[in-house]
Order: sequence, then C-alpha cells, then structure tokens
Amino acid sequence: MSIEVKHISKTFGNFTALHDVSLRVNDGELVALLGPSGSGKTTLLRIIAGLEVADPNPASEILFDDSNVTERPVGQRRVGFVFQHYALFRHMTVFENIAFGLRVRPRALRPSKAEIRDRVHQLLKLVQLENFGGRYPSQLSGGQRQRVALARALAVEPKVLLLDEPFGALDAKVRQGLRDWLRKLHDEIHLTSVLVTHDQEEALEVADRIVVMNQGRIEQDGTPEHVFHQPANPFVMEFLGQVNVFQGRVRRGQALLGEMAIEYPNYEADQEREAMVYMRPHELDIKRSRNGVASLAARVVRVNPAGSVAKVNLRAGDGQNIYVDLPLERLQELQLAHGDEVYVYPKNARVFVPDYVI
Amino acid sequence: MSLVARKRNVLPGFGPTLGFTLFYLGVIVLLPLSALFLKSAGLGWSQFWKIVTEPRVVASYKLTFGASLIAALINAVFGLMVAWTLVRYRFPGKKVIDALVDLPFALPTAVSGIALTAIYAPNGWIGQYLEPLGIKVAFTPLGITIALIFVGLPFVVRTLQPAIAELEKEHEEAAASLGATRFHAFTRVILPAILPALLTGFAMAFARALGEYGSVVFIAGNMPMKTEITSLLIVTKLEQYDYPGATAIATVMLMASFVLLLTINMLQYWAGHRHQGVA
Amino acid sequence: MSAAVAPPITRVNPATVRAATDEPLGVKILLVTVSVLFLGLFLVVPLAAVFGEGLRKGLGAYWASVTDPAALAAIKLTLITAGIAVPLNLVFGVAAAWAIAKFNFRGKSVLITLIDLPFAVSPVISGLIYVLLFGMQGWLGPWLQSHGIQIIFAVPGIVLATIFVTFPFVARELIPLMQAQGTDEEYAALTLGASGWQTFWRVTLPNIKWGVLYGVILCNARAMGEFGAVSVVSGHIRGKTNTVPLHVEILYNEYNFVAAFAVASLLTLLALVTLVVKTIVEHRLQLELKESTQTPSGEA
Repeated sequence: MSIEVKHISKTFGNFTALHDVSLRVNDGELVALLGPSGSGKTTLLRIIAGLEVADPNPASEILFDDSNVTERPVGQRRVGFVFQHYALFRHMTVFENIAFGLRVRPRALRPSKAEIRDRVHQLLKLVQLENFGGRYPSQLSGGQRQRVALARALAVEPKVLLLDEPFGALDAKVRQGLRDWLRKLHDEIHLTSVLVTHDQEEALEVADRIVVMNQGRIEQDGTPEHVFHQPANPFVMEFLGQVNVFQGRVRRGQALLGEMAIEYPNYEADQEREAMVYMRPHELDIKRSRNGVASLAARVVRVNPAGSVAKVNLRAGDGQNIYVDLPLERLQELQLAHGDEVYVYPKNARVFVPDYVI
Repeated sequence: MSLVARKRNVLPGFGPTLGFTLFYLGVIVLLPLSALFLKSAGLGWSQFWKIVTEPRVVASYKLTFGASLIAALINAVFGLMVAWTLVRYRFPGKKVIDALVDLPFALPTAVSGIALTAIYAPNGWIGQYLEPLGIKVAFTPLGITIALIFVGLPFVVRTLQPAIAELEKEHEEAAASLGATRFHAFTRVILPAILPALLTGFAMAFARALGEYGSVVFIAGNMPMKTEITSLLIVTKLEQYDYPGATAIATVMLMASFVLLLTINMLQYWAGHRHQGVA
Repeated sequence: MSAAVAPPITRVNPATVRAATDEPLGVKILLVTVSVLFLGLFLVVPLAAVFGEGLRKGLGAYWASVTDPAALAAIKLTLITAGIAVPLNLVFGVAAAWAIAKFNFRGKSVLITLIDLPFAVSPVISGLIYVLLFGMQGWLGPWLQSHGIQIIFAVPGIVLATIFVTFPFVARELIPLMQAQGTDEEYAALTLGASGWQTFWRVTLPNIKWGVLYGVILCNARAMGEFGAVSVVSGHIRGKTNTVPLHVEILYNEYNFVAAFAVASLLTLLALVTLVVKTIVEHRLQLELKESTQTPSGEA
C-alpha cells in the first residue's frame, strides 16, 4: 500500500512541529524519517497513523493507496504501530498482547479461538520468541519486548508498518542485531514501512529511502547513497556522518580555500562571496611534503589506529581541527606520529554558498 | 473535503468524562457553596461584621486557631521523629506501627472523640493520675489540643515519609566526609531538603485541626467563651435556627480554609519543583 | 622514593564502626523509644479504651447494645449511605481521572484543586451548605416542600453530605496513577482496532485496579464514619436518620456509656479492617507506580 501526505502542518500551542510537509511512500518501500529531536518526524508518523490530527487546512490530505483517509479514525486505518517504549499491555501475557488486535474485532470479523492461537504462535515463531507466550512484559528484556510489540502490530495484518524510534531505548549491540533483523523481515514480507529515527547509521543501513527532516521541514528525500554522497545542503551533510567544514570564498567558477582552488561552476560572478567547503574525513589524504599540490598545512594531534580505518586528528595553523580517515595501509606508509607537520589535501569536496549575506 | 468538524482528540471519551465531572462538581460542590456565599452576601456588610466579631465568636476563633496551631506544631516535631524512625530504622513491630499511623484517618471522629474523653476525664484511664497533680485535661483547651494532635498526626508523618525516603544518601555522605557531625548534617543538609514536605504536612494538619468537629466536641466541654470551638458554634447557631449567624461564621472559616488550601498547593508545587534545580 | 615510616595500624572492631550516615546507637534508641511512646499514647491507648469501656459490663451488655433495634437501624442506614455514595464517587473518580490524566486542556489545575476542596472544608460546613440549599429556609426549600420532597433531616440529605466529604478519595488516587502510566498503551490499543470502551475495559482498568481498590477502601471508611457533616443534615431522628456515628453520640449524651462504646467498637473494628486491607493494597499500588516510571534494560 502506498502512502501519500500532502501539505501537512501541525502546531502545538506556539510550537510549529510541521510546516506544510508533503511526502510519498511507495508500496513495499522502507522509508526512514531521519532528523534530530524536534524535527517533526514523530509527529508526522503519528499523523499518518491517525494518533494525531493535522492542523485544519483544505489542502492537506492523507492518502492510503490514493484514497483519502484523513477522516478515518486510527482503528480503521490498518496501520501497525510500534512505539519507542513498546507500550505492551503490562497486565497481559505475551500471548494475550499479540492476540489483542484479533480479540477486539467485532464478532462478525473475529477469528475463532483456534485460529487466534495459531496466528499468535506463528508470530511468536517469526520473532523468535516461541516459548515466551506465557510470560509477562516485566519478565522480558528490552529487545524481547520490542519484538513482542512488533508481533502484536503484525497480528492484525496491517497494510503499513510505522515504527517510532523502535530501537532508541536499547543498548548499542542489541540495536544492531534488531536492525539487521528488521531489514531481513522487511525483505521477506515486503510490508510498506516508515521508520522514525535520529540515528543516521540506522537509517543508512536499513532504509530504501531516507527523508531527512529538520525543524518541521523536509531537507532532502533520496536513497541512502544519494543523501550521503550528494547532500542537498549543509544540514544534511552535517547530520549524516562526520564532516570537516572550512571557511572559503567563491569567485569566477572557483571555490578558494587557502591556496587551494576547487572547481565550482555554479558561481561565475566576479564578486567574491563567502562559502563553506565541506569534506568528509575519508575524502581527505595526507602528504608529508607539498610537491606542488595545493593543500592545507596542519600538525598531527592524535592518531587512533584501533578500527577499520585509522582516525587522525590534526590542527591547522588557524587552530581549526581537521579529522581524516586513512586506510590502515596508508597510515603505515606515512608513519605518522604526534607532532608531525604534514599537508592535508582533498580528494573530493562540496561547496555550499550561504544564500543570505549578513 | 469533509464538512464534519475534525475531532481534536484521538483518544475517545473526553467529552463525556469531562462533562460528567463538571456536572458532578457543579451539583455537589459549586451549587451548595454558592448558596453559602450568596446567603452570606445577602446579610450586608455591617450585619456580617457584627456577627463575626461578637465576643463569643472571637473567643472561639482564638481558641480554635491557638489549639490548632499548637497541635500542628507538636505534630510537626513528633511527626518528623516518627517518620524518621519509620523510614531509617528497623525495629520489631515496625510494620504494625506504620500501619497504625493511619488510624486517625480511618477512625470515625465520634469514636475518637468519646475514646479521648474516656481517657482524659477526671476519672479516666489517664485522667485519674493527672487529677491529683492538678492537671485537668478534659473540658479544657488542653483536652482540645490533645484531640487535635490525634487527628493531625498522620498528615505530617505521611507527607514526610516519602520525602525522607527520597533523600539521597550521597548528600549526607558528602557532609560526613567534609567533617560535619551527624547533628550538623541533619540541620544543614537533611532538614532543608525535607522542609517543603514538613511545611506541607504542618499546613495540612493545621487545616484539618481548624475544621475538626467530632473528635473535639466530646472532650471540650463546649463552654462558651472558654472551650467552644468555632465549628461547634456554627452547629449551635444552626440548632437555634440562627441561619445568618451560622452562615457568616462559616464564611469566615471557609475563607481561612481556602487560604490554607492555596498555601498547601503552593508548598506542594515548591516541593515538586525543587528537584529540577539539583546538580 | 624516600623511606617512609608506616603509621601504626590500629585494629578496628567492625561491630562498633558506624556508617557515616548513621546516628549514634544511643540517639537511635532514644528516637525509637520516644516515637513508640508518642504513638502508643495517642493511638494505642484510645483503641484500648474503646474496647475496654465497651466491655466494662461484660459481653452480654455489649451484645445487647449492638443488637438494639435503634442500633440496627443505624447500621442499616450507614450501609445504605455508603452503598450509594461509594459507587457514585467511584464513577466520578474514574471519569475525572480519565479526563485529567489522558487529555490536555486549560483549567486542569483548577479542576484538581476543586476536587481537593472537601479536604480543606470543615465537616460542619460540608453539612451546612446542604442545609442552606435544601433546607426549609434554603434556596430550593420552598420548591421541595411544595413537592413533598424531603432532603434535609432525611436520608437523601445524609447521602448528599456523605458524597461531598468522600468524593475526592478515588479521584485523588487515580489521577497521579494514571498520569504516571501515560497514554501509550491506550494509543496502542487504538491502533490495533479497539474501540474506546474496549480500550478502557481491557487496557486501562486492569492497570488501575489497585488504585481503584485503594480509593474505594478509603472512601468507604470515611463514608461509614462521617460524623460532623451528617450530624448537621440529619436532624438526629432516632431510628430514622441516625447513622452509626450519630447513634454513638446519642447514647453518649444520654450517659449510656457502655452502649456508646460498644457501638463505637463496631466502627473501630471497621477502621482496623480498613487499615489492614489498605496496607496490603497500598503495597500493590506502590509496585504498580514503580513499574510505570521504570524503563527496562536493553539486553537482547
């Protein structure tokens, strides 16, 4: 089932959570809504679910498979919702929790006891909690609770799965495991899913498409690769992964940073403008000598070889910190040590010209 | 686009529950209270003032206020002691004693009234020993104070217990490691931390004592100008069909109650928000 | 490193070492003794006195007082009053707590203060306001009289006054409990297709059952034991408008002490039972509250 929201706004008192947001999720996709706290991502998810109501506006619509469900109450939207803090019914067993959605159906639509039992056991098997049916939520770990919550949401055969920071309350290792498991599950059942998260690593790993949000607006909407390697603006670039930011100037088709010049055809004018030059740690390399290549002079402050790449911290002449990720072999070649004076040069860079002048 | 007004609440039941709540409160509380105020207002200021400043009435204010204040203070001191021992120490029978603290809440006031009288009357269980010493308890302000101590006891203890239980031992340990004696740690670290709860309990005990009727009317003796509490005065006036009198005095009492209620709410607010400033 | 002389090691007896956050043993013993004496004097002695005085003339007299027709009528009236007031206040408490805890609206704190009002008002005034409203000289007095409806000096008045002084109990227990429990579970139930009623019965009610029970116990104890407010509205008509506390007062004022204390001991037994049940339920309630504010650990 596809989801489309058009012109959704939401204010809470003086605070605007969403500014005229429009978005489309295609059938079978796993889309991540990624952003910092206050970006509006959870609000948007809840509006899709029907747990919040958008501000009244003739232009705003919520469409499931192209039919308008804006007026439909949450119970009739066939959404499966997974809450950040699980929201398991604490006085019911795991079995009763999962069976809940089936048991509250009106008599005509309610499956028989045997059918319910079978379905619950199927789901327990799916989430790998086969023998836990008789336990209570308080007897489960965080990861187990979240899996029960997922099973409970899936029990009513929803058309779309909405997950609100499902792994936010869990330890790092558990998070990783559940992340992989969720992706595998999605590949198996192809249920349209929308995942809210503030963890960019999670979004990049799990999602088919990422929607980056900030302060109630969508900053960029694209595949993980697209969003990471071709960020639309500084916010997106800074939010997804570490980045070095340098202050430079643009003029006549070039971005100038110290003695370095980078091609920037977007700005041909004579008039110099301020620009920010962004480089990711893995897009920088280090040389021991100038060799005629334009570069930045810096001193090595710290070398951390414990990882899949070596992380080098340097300080430039003007005091700016520079972070470079080097392949371990390259580190070996250079034999860097604390205090070495070296030269940093970019293999790739992105230039953003702020579109207002102070 | 639908013309139906969009519901703003997703969780159902807001309208009916709020409506019923307001209706109930309106009929049970607001309507009768407004009858009181309007009747009072209908007296006109000069008559109202005359009634509430009669010597007999003023004597009852002094008695009620004074006895309630003393009782609340005693409850504050001993209540703190009791709460401290119940939270911090272990001793045999502690659970029973802890449950017993709520007795004044659970026991009907008439029962405590006659029981206290039986104890402190000149030939009573304790009174018989005090009589030869010249100490009269029943039918004196002292008896009234004792009855008020009884009814106010749980307020201080129950308000302090959670506050003491929430104290972070680290603060006391820090004080000790800096060389403070246990006494100093208590007065400078612990007491300030539980002060809001102590004041709240005190105010609640005081408020309860001001309005108390059943526990007091038996032991007081009810002599006008001497051992007549204000709430009894209201009943007396009612029995004499002096509605204006009863109404006027009741209004004064009610005003005092409201002021206290507000104070208590502010104290609880202060206590609740204190934690936000802690490092 | 310079050669330092180690300080002499003093042997410490663990039994006498006192924690930094403990008082000296002597102080502890003093505090406990004073506390126990204080409580003994103010709580235990009155309890003993009720039973002692009631049984002064032996079990026979005790039993006769308790089964006296007027006493039985008083018991019946008390039970009827509580039987009406407690369920009504229960419904109110649940409704008010649902509105306050699950929704946001302006004036919430005013509403909560209003609910606390009876605690600040003297019982005598609680009765007086109904006399002023429904009594002969009251607002609605003439209207009621012309329709032959008797409220003051009759059972309806007693029930009303009892409702006034006891309605906060259930609400006051449920509001903080439901606020602590939040709304996530209810929202989850809605997403799974449950209706409002189903959500309430299957999800909310099991979560608040200990709070409800606790509130009902307190409400009932107060409803059965209320004296001041009921005294003002009842008219003290023996056999008709006397609840058990009022009957005690009448017996006492007639100098029929043994009978007064015998009947009073019934109320005392009720109070003790209330305390016991209350302690048990309170324990469960604390557990429930703790569970609501704890977040689980993050193992797989």
